[in-house]
Amino acid sequence: MTTQTLTPPATAATPAPRRRFRLTGERAMFAYTWLIIAWLVVPILIMIAFGFNNPKGRYNQTWQGFTLKWYKDVFAISDLTSALVISLGIAVISSLLAGALGTGIGYALGRYRFRGADGLNLIMFATMSSPELIMGISLLTLFVSAGIGLGAVTITIAHVMFSISFVSTVVRARVITLDRSIEEAAADLGASPWTTFWKVTFPIILPAVFSGVMLAFALSIDDFVVTNFTAGTTVTFPLWIWGATRVGLPPQVNVMGTLIFAAGILIAVVTSLRSRSKAKRD
Amino acid sequence: MNRVKRTLAPYLLVLPGGLWLLLFFVVPMVTMFSLSLQQGDIVNGYVFTGHWQTYVDAITNYQTQLIRSLVYGLITTVALVVMSFPVAYWIAFYGGKRKSTYLFLILLPFFVSFVLRTISWRQILTDDGMLLHPLKEAGLLSPGFHILGTSYAVIFGLVYNFLPFMVLPIYVALERIDPRVVEAARDLYAKPLTVFRKVVFPLALPGVFAGVLMTFVPASSDYVNSGVLGSSSTTMIGQVVQAQALANSNYPMASALSFFLMAVLLTGVFSYARVLGTEDVMNAAAR
Repeated sequence: MTTQTLTPPATAATPAPRRRFRLTGERAMFAYTWLIIAWLVVPILIMIAFGFNNPKGRYNQTWQGFTLKWYKDVFAISDLTSALVISLGIAVISSLLAGALGTGIGYALGRYRFRGADGLNLIMFATMSSPELIMGISLLTLFVSAGIGLGAVTITIAHVMFSISFVSTVVRARVITLDRSIEEAAADLGASPWTTFWKVTFPIILPAVFSGVMLAFALSIDDFVVTNFTAGTTVTFPLWIWGATRVGLPPQVNVMGTLIFAAGILIAVVTSLRSRSKAKRD
Repeated sequence: MNRVKRTLAPYLLVLPGGLWLLLFFVVPMVTMFSLSLQQGDIVNGYVFTGHWQTYVDAITNYQTQLIRSLVYGLITTVALVVMSFPVAYWIAFYGGKRKSTYLFLILLPFFVSFVLRTISWRQILTDDGMLLHPLKEAGLLSPGFHILGTSYAVIFGLVYNFLPFMVLPIYVALERIDPRVVEAARDLYAKPLTVFRKVVFPLALPGVFAGVLMTFVPASSDYVNSGVLGSSSTTMIGQVVQAQALANSNYPMASALSFFLMAVLLTGVFSYARVLGTEDVMNAAAR
């Protein structure tokens, strides 16, 4: 991660005019990067701002005064609240399941050489690069042909399916870089393979497992396309928003979006600070 | 006994997750293909008749939307490469200690729901919204000017939503370049542009490939952006598939369209891979 050395090697051999050119090029790219970041943030700022808007009619798209009432009434629309609760429930269950199943695959792929590993890698690559539309349709055809009723269970099945590969990839990366001598030391001290795994290996790969589960949670709570095809009449948070686009979104959606955004940022910042202070201690 | 246990261990670890992927990824793809060749309806059931005519109908009826989706996907991807490269380059080479902060800022949109972000753009770009209304009041735009419902709006939305997927892989590739290689090129009197063209860009190509893979396929099969920001004249194939599956319950047609789309996308991706050389592609894929 150290490429600071790459800043122009300002040797005497470099002619002065070219150095000045490079400097302005750097400045232009700096400004451009911030412009792109600003562009990425625009709709988020609008979402946050319009959670404080006081619209008269049904359409919440022109500024009509500041209010905090939507924060007070954030759960006033019962359909929307239950959609959020369903989304959270599915995200918790599917991320834990994908975490368990994906860790098994990631650990096996990182640690052992075994028959079928190539095929498994191929399937994982395929699940990560397949268009969501196609995964959604194919699951729909499976559930319809098998006569399985669509709902929260089929959504969860689908979310676990597309999350497993992401968890496995994160865990495998950690297992590959694992220092085997620590495990050998534990074995030399008489620990059984079972004890070695739970007392030594698992604590080391736990941060990777945790970030895999967080990734699966984020993928699940935001998923629209696959959910749209596997939901039946069940409504999740993104599906509710999609359904409400034609009639105008209530400001409560902005408030919930803002709260989810804030929670996500908070979790990300806390975990990154914790890992940073841990890295310092090590 | 212990040896048996050890050789069995990877299989036991892989079994539950592998079965899940087999049952809910591989089997559905086969079901979908089989259903695309079946005839019948949801009430009376489907019979396998090897009915390839569905594919012919799918392609002749929806060729406009199919071609439009691929064109939108292509334009989006090219725009993304051009737009993302300087960002990834600046963060990788000049980000210094703040690299992770910049990457975090690039990833910021992912903390807000994809559908909600797209709708937020609709609220901004709408005919009497906060962007066009003041410009029209000031007489800078004709009163009839609009952005929503045009192909520009749809491509704008696609570029917006997929930008981080292009910046990240290019960044990863650039970040791995050994600074000494660049220094060596400079020592050999290569001009900055030559250094970029002959050293930096070729080394970044696997990242560009990974980015294209991560953006072209989802962008051309997307139906959220064209649904929220577009109109009937910007309908993409994803919307057709969604309508056939969810509104008309015409599962054979939805399956045939999906399968055909997947075949076209994969052919595109693999011919691109051939041009670039398979080794780089495997490296990009492994990442």
